[in-house]
Amino acid sequence: MTPHLPVLQVVIPLMAAPICVVLRQATAAWLLATGVTWSAFAISLMLLSQVMDGGVISYELGGWVAPWGIEYRVDPVSALVLVIVSAIGSVVMPYAKKSVEAEIAEDRIYLFYTMYLLCLTGLLGIAITGDAFNLFVFLEVSSLSTYVLIALSHERRALTAAYRYLIMGTIGATFYIIGVGMMYMMTGTLNMADLAQRLPEVAETRTILVALAFLTTGISLKLALFPLHVWLPNAYAFAPSVVTAFLAATATKVAVYVLIRIFFTVFGGVDVFVGLGAGKALMLLALVGMVAASVTAVYQDNVKRLLAYSSVAQIGYMILGISLVSVTGLTGGIIHIFNHALMKCALFLVLGAVSLRLGTVRLQDMAGLGRRMPLTMAAFVLAGLSLIGVPLTVGFVSKWTLLQAALEKDLWLVAAAIPVTSLIAVVYIWKVVETAYFRPVPHGAAEISEAPASMLVPIWIMVFACLYFGIDATWTLDVARSAAILLLGGAP
Amino acid sequence: MIGFEFVLPAILGLPLVGAVLIFYFGFAPNARETVTLLTAGSLFALVTTLIDPVMAGERPEVVLFEMLPGLALALHAEPLGLIFALTASFLWIVTSVYSIGYMRGHHEKNQTRFYVFFAISITAAIGVAVAANLLTLFVFYEVLTLSTFPLVAHHGSDKAKRGARVYLGILMTTSILFLFVAIIWTYLATGTTDFTPGGILAGKVSGPAVGVLLALFAFGIGKAALMPFHRWLPAAMVAPTPVSALLHAVAVVKAGVFSVVKVIVYIFGIDFLAGEPSGGWLVWVAGFTIVAASLVALRQDNLKRRLAYSTISQLSYVILAAAILAPISVVGAAMHIAAHAFGKITLFFAAGSIMVASHKTEVSQLDGIGRRMPWTMGAFAVGAVSMIGLPPTVGFVSKWLIVDGAVATGNWVALGVIVLSTLLNAAYFLPVVHAAFFKPEEALPHGDSHSGDEEAHGHSVIHDHGESPLPSVLALTITAAGTVILFFTADAPLALARLLTGG
Repeated sequence: MTPHLPVLQVVIPLMAAPICVVLRQATAAWLLATGVTWSAFAISLMLLSQVMDGGVISYELGGWVAPWGIEYRVDPVSALVLVIVSAIGSVVMPYAKKSVEAEIAEDRIYLFYTMYLLCLTGLLGIAITGDAFNLFVFLEVSSLSTYVLIALSHERRALTAAYRYLIMGTIGATFYIIGVGMMYMMTGTLNMADLAQRLPEVAETRTILVALAFLTTGISLKLALFPLHVWLPNAYAFAPSVVTAFLAATATKVAVYVLIRIFFTVFGGVDVFVGLGAGKALMLLALVGMVAASVTAVYQDNVKRLLAYSSVAQIGYMILGISLVSVTGLTGGIIHIFNHALMKCALFLVLGAVSLRLGTVRLQDMAGLGRRMPLTMAAFVLAGLSLIGVPLTVGFVSKWTLLQAALEKDLWLVAAAIPVTSLIAVVYIWKVVETAYFRPVPHGAAEISEAPASMLVPIWIMVFACLYFGIDATWTLDVARSAAILLLGGAP
Repeated sequence: MIGFEFVLPAILGLPLVGAVLIFYFGFAPNARETVTLLTAGSLFALVTTLIDPVMAGERPEVVLFEMLPGLALALHAEPLGLIFALTASFLWIVTSVYSIGYMRGHHEKNQTRFYVFFAISITAAIGVAVAANLLTLFVFYEVLTLSTFPLVAHHGSDKAKRGARVYLGILMTTSILFLFVAIIWTYLATGTTDFTPGGILAGKVSGPAVGVLLALFAFGIGKAALMPFHRWLPAAMVAPTPVSALLHAVAVVKAGVFSVVKVIVYIFGIDFLAGEPSGGWLVWVAGFTIVAASLVALRQDNLKRRLAYSTISQLSYVILAAAILAPISVVGAAMHIAAHAFGKITLFFAAGSIMVASHKTEVSQLDGIGRRMPWTMGAFAVGAVSMIGLPPTVGFVSKWLIVDGAVATGNWVALGVIVLSTLLNAAYFLPVVHAAFFKPEEALPHGDSHSGDEEAHGHSVIHDHGESPLPSVLALTITAAGTVILFFTADAPLALARLLTGG
């Protein structure tokens, strides 16, 4: 069984999705989805430990030898992304039951779990495949199911948000496939490792340059790089709570992974960053995004939107790390994928619990919530501190690494941007904290109780993860660092 | 003899365990206060066990665990940290006694939350004192900022919220923007963040960069209240008086100046910094802060605000002393951390005591109050004398050492600042003492004084009153006595402080 782990990672959730449709019954679908996500998590952990011990795993799908057949390829980077996606996917499940029952019509719940599993399949597939076209297929699987997941919300505005995302996401995916097509035209191959070998010969051609432009723009749309982020805030704000928590922690992260994969593996032999000028462009967009999105977050009234803008800013951190093209920088970018997944998931889960009890996540309605839902809001404070980057939380580890990377290159302006955005984060997080703890409960507000245990436990698992990996970051930094070294071709 | 592997983590863990127990005993105020006192007492006892080994030249170090690859959370005991830890833990006992009287006499709400966060703040302050590297220092520094936030915002009123926002804003801004960058810069330049006698930066950084790095540290440690990053301290005065007393005269602000001194001594190294002219600006900024804050203090009518500006001024004494870069003045800096702590906490205790007993908060209301509250105002006078730096109080000892250093290095700027500020200190403290004892009391508007009612009520706005509750009077008497006793027994702390410069 062990040699087939790479394919099982993707096939189990893929097969389970149609079974959900057949089951039709909400609880049965939930049970199946829970079992599947947790087994996917177990598989990803096994893959990660195999990769860390024994190096890169290559799996030939259906026994067809790469470059003709499709190759699944697991290295430290993809293994880490697999773990993030499946971990978030499984921790969210116990929480999903109550939240989904409250936010989605009873007769559509089985569809929710079907789409959820398909989305998981797509995201895991993107991370594991070593084939550029296969990646496109999984990208579409995850994207299409995401549009449905967002549209399932009881908020009517979710429909327009999903539609907007559909348009933008489709443009992104189309750009990606155009880029892949051009590369295929020039090299005759779709396998990433094969592409990496053949691209340097034709790197000087205009076709490849255009291909790179299409690829970068397409993926940037998917990962919501400023200024291509406009689909994200509404999609996150109006999607069902579980979907927001899951997507915020995984979807954009996987897109960042694709960018890393294209730049460092497929174009590994080409001087993309300096020679083709992608480094400066990305760095600039990342910096502007970090500051602009953070400032926008401060002025949001809907806390879900506030956190969505904060996500755009945090994606800037990851891209910044990548654009520094150094081991430390890339380590910082990769570790922030992991760290940010933990804290954003925790924060959006908290908002899901708030929305369940309060029926709204608008800031002024959260007045005095610290007393009414003490455990939920305490989790918000801790995860929020992590977002700010206070020591002993994961956010600190990311910022430490990124700042170190910027100073290594003597980029003082870049170095200054990191603490400055942290400070803006203090402002928008503290806005929520003050409202929850120092404003009196509005007069005549309905009596509400603390969130149910099935929601509190996942929330606090994420919060403890934020603290644990912040207090002892040696393991995560090791993984991220070995991934970075591998991506940069073993150079120190 | 107990092993260091136990003592160093234990002095961190003890107040934390105390915090949990205080929370647990929240329903029973007497049990809760007993826990606070027991924790504070045993903390001080534990810290004292470190004196002998440190005096004998040992520098025990305990690595807790690795946080980032190659960077551990580690604790160590050295003279400067020990002085700070001893001061903080001893004054915690006294403050706890005082708080009992104050918080009950003042009918404060949420007392359990108050004591819990107080204990956590003490943990963080002790953590700063025994941090063995910059990373550990930074961790506890930030914990201290966050754990004191609920204490500053304690009343929950709009004014308290505004004050707390300024407090958090300035301390977080400076630490993230400057201190964090300075630490990573140091780490990149030297490959370590360990506090090492003689410093670690020599030969790694040179020229104007030294001055810039020093600025990142000195302003980044916002708790030291170097101008222009001092506004948080007056803002924090909205907190209940025990908080102002222990945290904003001792634990928090001393954690600030302590960190500055520690960075100068153990990261830069005195000799290295003395040879780099680009670091010379610190004397000027510290000197400016001393004089400017004193001038502002002169114009404050609110007693706590006047004390706050006096604190800003006195904190820069410590920085100035360290910035003179003479071994003897560094000893003075260490002494002044303890000296100012005892003096200023006495003054704050007195201010709180006046507020509980008479509900008076302004200096102009204090005419003749010395006759009603002789113990309180007597202690206030002693504290004021120590601030001015006259014998027989410990303030004289530290000031003497600083002056000695300034003369030895020919630093006439520093000398001039000290002379000028001594006059200013006298100008804003002595009138208070004079008014309290020698001016006639204002007549009560209604003349409805109940004769024979000596006990403080805390109900009516203007009423006849005597001394504040016994625990409060006891506490401020102890600290006032402390400032005098430390003058006569200054040899012991001085011996410890001298180890700092190896002399």
